[in-house]
Amino acid sequence: MSGTPHGHTDTPHAPVFTGNIRTRLDALFPSYPTRQACLLPALWMVQEERGWISEPAMAEVAEVLGLTPAYVKGVVTFYTMYHTHPVGRHFIQVCTTSPCNLCGAEAVLKALLRGTGCGELGATSADGRFTVTEVECLGACGFATPIMINDDFIEGVTPERVPGILQGYK
Amino acid sequence: MLSRHFGDAGARTFDGWVQRGGYAALRKALAMKPEAIIEEVKASGLRGRGGAGFPTGLKWSFMPRGDGKPHYLVCNADESEPGTFKDREIMRWTPHQLLEGCAIAAYAIGAERCYIYIRGEFTEPLRVMQAAVAEAYAQGALGASALGSGTRIDVVLHRGAGAYICGEETAMMNSIEGRRGNPRIKPPFPAQAGLFAMPTTINNVETLASVPHILNRGADWYKGLSLSNPKSTGTKLISVCGHVQRPGNYEVTMGTPMKELLFDMCGGMKPGRTLKAVIPGGSSVPIMTAAEADDCLLDYEGVVARGSMLGSAGMIVMDDSTDLVYQIWRLARFYAHESCAQCTQCREGTAWTTKILERILAGRGKASDIDLLLSLSESMTGKTICVLSDSCAAPIVSGIQKFRSEFDAYLSGARQPALAMA
Repeated sequence: MSGTPHGHTDTPHAPVFTGNIRTRLDALFPSYPTRQACLLPALWMVQEERGWISEPAMAEVAEVLGLTPAYVKGVVTFYTMYHTHPVGRHFIQVCTTSPCNLCGAEAVLKALLRGTGCGELGATSADGRFTVTEVECLGACGFATPIMINDDFIEGVTPERVPGILQGYK
Repeated sequence: MLSRHFGDAGARTFDGWVQRGGYAALRKALAMKPEAIIEEVKASGLRGRGGAGFPTGLKWSFMPRGDGKPHYLVCNADESEPGTFKDREIMRWTPHQLLEGCAIAAYAIGAERCYIYIRGEFTEPLRVMQAAVAEAYAQGALGASALGSGTRIDVVLHRGAGAYICGEETAMMNSIEGRRGNPRIKPPFPAQAGLFAMPTTINNVETLASVPHILNRGADWYKGLSLSNPKSTGTKLISVCGHVQRPGNYEVTMGTPMKELLFDMCGGMKPGRTLKAVIPGGSSVPIMTAAEADDCLLDYEGVVARGSMLGSAGMIVMDDSTDLVYQIWRLARFYAHESCAQCTQCREGTAWTTKILERILAGRGKASDIDLLLSLSESMTGKTICVLSDSCAAPIVSGIQKFRSEFDAYLSGARQPALAMA
């Protein structure tokens, strides 16, 4: 991962869409009648590769797909899962919407903020290890409280389980 | 029917699905005329399971014939409605059930391509679906000649990126096109000019997963699965969450009493607790009281008759320990967060009602706040491009109507503030 939490780097942007990744993107084109339609998949590729989507990366995506950087930024900022600044090595999302709220999600959130040392929502822990955010409805309401750590979906989280879960993410 | 193989990992593979009778319906369908499939689905009485309950066969029949344009099928797997978690289980356990339904529907509406829009947070369902799609292509069930029929059927998985509103069908089309997920004004309707401005049909996961069963066993059999009225047929996956002993997904025959589901199948409330309220159709429908739930039948008309809507059938159950004002505030906050902000009534209304509820909870509400909430809710209903702001208003209005005393307790100071004002 590049950059420092909540800051922007001065190092020049190394292109994302080269080699393998360019090949993967090209392979998507036949699945859509326009290049623009590959925007969400292309942004996912950037985030998987770099951990977040910087403005130079947005400009590169724009170039590759024949769009303008401003347009790409407009789309990036519409969707909550795209990070527009660096986040911790492990990105934790806690569902606190009504069904989970009824089942104790607030206590899980507090335990995570404490256990990770993040302290507050959206902040990254001093060691760069964790960022914790709230997320609206993860679609697993019957298995409250669900959390996501990176791409891992963990159900039935209670404050007691938090320390053990965090140990698995160094 | 739909949930028969939930928990059975063997059903996830192509071979496993075929061993369980899979892909027979697609083979049958590909030997039929598309119009005949549409007639069969119409006759079954199947209605959209995403929330609106629109007759599926009728929706398919709106697609033009012989217009020479590409047609698209979009499968809505953006399941994000608070309380709803059924489509996720269909994808996790029976991905081929969904793919078979998609292929049949695509053939029926003359679409060569189906996009399955999966919400970004569903990482495991996405992985399972990716494996299933790859297998279905390798086995020739999808591709240039589906099951050797000479008909091309392609399925493309498209991952969302975190936006509740993309579950709205026109927002979903914009999102697939690489745009912000703002809903579009209708008309034109998707069947005329939808995805990429071409004729498009959008169906929910559960709707499409039901189609192979209808083809296999016939419309009459499906129609016979109804306990109360011929307008609501088949089975429904109901997601139950909140204060019940056994939350989870339950597949019931349409018309099953809500009481039976909540108190027998789900084991009722926790010991010493009683039922206070239910939001039966995902968070976007009016709140029901325990009395309304008591004799409610679980089908489209049955829930309307008791003051709410079946919607996506995500049931949020609340016992007598629940602070209704707090829960309504939390829902309003959800809608304020998820508003795409293109319509004024929604952008301002969801944020403003959230603020008012917040100050009531902080013990700083004014007596006039109730009327203000009701008047804002009225401005938020039926006046915007999509129904997101209507959905925010539904629990507010029904909450005030049915649980007024809880609001008054905060306003009079009889109840201690639940929130500190920022």
